[in-house]
Amino acid sequence: MKKTLFDKVWDAHVVDSIKDGPQVLYIDKHLIHEVTSPQAFQELEERGIPVLRPGQIIATADHNTPTVNQHLPVKDTLSRKQLKQLSANCKKNGITLYELGHKYNGIVHVIAPELGFTQPGMTIVCGDSHTSTHGAFGAIAFGIGTSQVAQVFASQCLLLKKPKKMRITVNGKLKKGVLPKDIILYIISQIGTNAGTGYFCEYAGEVFEDMSMEGRMTVCNMSIEMGARGGMIAPDETTFSYIKGRKFAPKGKDFEAKVAYWKTLSTDKDAVLDKEYSFNASAIEPMLTYGTNPGMGIKISENIPILNDRSFTKALDYMGFEAGESLLEKSINYVFIGSCTNSRIEDFRIAANFIKGKQKAEHVTAWLVPGSKQVEAQIVEEGLQDIFEAAGFQLRQPGCSACLAMNEDKIPQGEYCVSTSNRNFEGRQGQGARTLLASPLVAAATAIEGKIIDITKHLN
Amino acid sequence: MEKFKQLRSTAIPLDIENIDTDQIIPARFLKATDKKGFGDNVFRDWRYDKNGNVNDSFILNNKEYGGSILVAGNNFGCGSSREHAAWALAGYGFKVIVSSYFADIFKGNSLNNGLLPVQVSEIFLKKVMQLLKNDPKTEIEVDLETQTISVIGTGLSETFEIDPYKKMCMLNGYDDIDFLLSKQEKIEAFELNNL
Repeated sequence: MKKTLFDKVWDAHVVDSIKDGPQVLYIDKHLIHEVTSPQAFQELEERGIPVLRPGQIIATADHNTPTVNQHLPVKDTLSRKQLKQLSANCKKNGITLYELGHKYNGIVHVIAPELGFTQPGMTIVCGDSHTSTHGAFGAIAFGIGTSQVAQVFASQCLLLKKPKKMRITVNGKLKKGVLPKDIILYIISQIGTNAGTGYFCEYAGEVFEDMSMEGRMTVCNMSIEMGARGGMIAPDETTFSYIKGRKFAPKGKDFEAKVAYWKTLSTDKDAVLDKEYSFNASAIEPMLTYGTNPGMGIKISENIPILNDRSFTKALDYMGFEAGESLLEKSINYVFIGSCTNSRIEDFRIAANFIKGKQKAEHVTAWLVPGSKQVEAQIVEEGLQDIFEAAGFQLRQPGCSACLAMNEDKIPQGEYCVSTSNRNFEGRQGQGARTLLASPLVAAATAIEGKIIDITKHLN
Repeated sequence: MEKFKQLRSTAIPLDIENIDTDQIIPARFLKATDKKGFGDNVFRDWRYDKNGNVNDSFILNNKEYGGSILVAGNNFGCGSSREHAAWALAGYGFKVIVSSYFADIFKGNSLNNGLLPVQVSEIFLKKVMQLLKNDPKTEIEVDLETQTISVIGTGLSETFEIDPYKKMCMLNGYDDIDFLLSKQEKIEAFELNNL
């Protein structure tokens, strides 16, 4: 039978199947962080069950960490306690932890790929919905709840029903200034926030084939925002050369053997998918969201649509926008470049390239938050920090930061924030905060101009 | 996990679509290291304003409405995977959530906590929502054994889908850990052959 990329990886991990029920799926790699793991450790401890394969787990502190003065004790009592709990749990169970300040610390979905922990053909889980990011390598990667974190601790397996398969193909030539973030925001604006529920999504076509690993991660990261548990892109030379030489990557002959296997992981020509979408790259433009879910996006030059729908009206009320109006020229006081969607070196290069030689608008507070210590070091090494500082920006320390505002990095009530993160839900970046999702280029331009501009007119 | 067989209760109509888990429990309440106390903060920013004053117009604060069934708009539980959302809803006292669509991760999290997600048709949801708006005393019965949801005294009834394995777990109060541990031999054999 002809198989998809998803089938090939899934079928290779089935330990057992229950008649008319779920399958027992083997999990290769498990990533954990401070927020969704403590109750799972507690559950196991109460039941006297050991962690089965601690060597297949890595842990990081990212969601609930400050992005300044990381060398000092964490001020917030509850946060400090949660971080201590993670350290204690990892120590007790023999799990590798990259805690705050460690040279490999950072956002879980940034560090695992950069350490080569993420590889094609693997099954990878984490108690975080943006685990879909790792699908960029041709892995089956998805977010799980804390009960499932405990299940993986106990058995290195999960009980799951095989999801349906969908494919999104984008062919053609992208316009100037259109970034991976715009592509995924465009797709979600077209198909909606629950088009992927019950599915695993493969991204195919020239646009993804030509994309860097950083870009592929941005796309796969937001698969969950259209409801899909995960996204995948077939591994190719771009993937292999990204992995080669990284800390946990196979070395020498092992690497060659793995590459030979990874090359088999593409969807067979006549494989059947349950749902297919196809888009033309030239139709995509720089995007911006105007509402309170990631599907409420428009091309930056377009006006907000006029819809007679209660949820639509509620969202616009929250955002303080009018149906039918343009977002261009709106004054913006906050800009956030960071999150597991857009905090990799490429994102900061794009921002720096636009910012170079310009000055940040005085009224704008701009937070640049790298995804990891390694990204932070690279920003310094490549001289990007000097560009940012000369333009009036401050580079903060790594973490999830204002993407979910669990730490002190909160956008004040009623303020607009053009953000490279993944969710514009009500209050996501702070109580009453209003989020407009965008690419790092649009975010950088907003910080310079202090208002929303049509970036396409500023290029060339 | 608590067993669930059947429930008859009044219900709260929350007629909003795409309710994400950030609304169910905002991130700033995720700092706890146990599962207790999340019910106090369920829908926190809809129940209270920034200064902590009760928002009277929010349905959970309407004294006419109560019960252990929440009836919510399409695509309930989207967004973050936080199981704290299921803990918060269960902690508040809900045992059943009715919607026309549930996000995958939330659905799994609810089932793992004895909170039953009942997926109904759009038409059924609309009718139930209207009946509840018209009369807060309207009662709903959910029978897991027969997979039926009915609005008492109206003849309105529908069957719902649930994975047979998950149904068995809910009816008996079992969770997945015990089942997975019983597969240890097969898991080890898999590792031997594949890793």
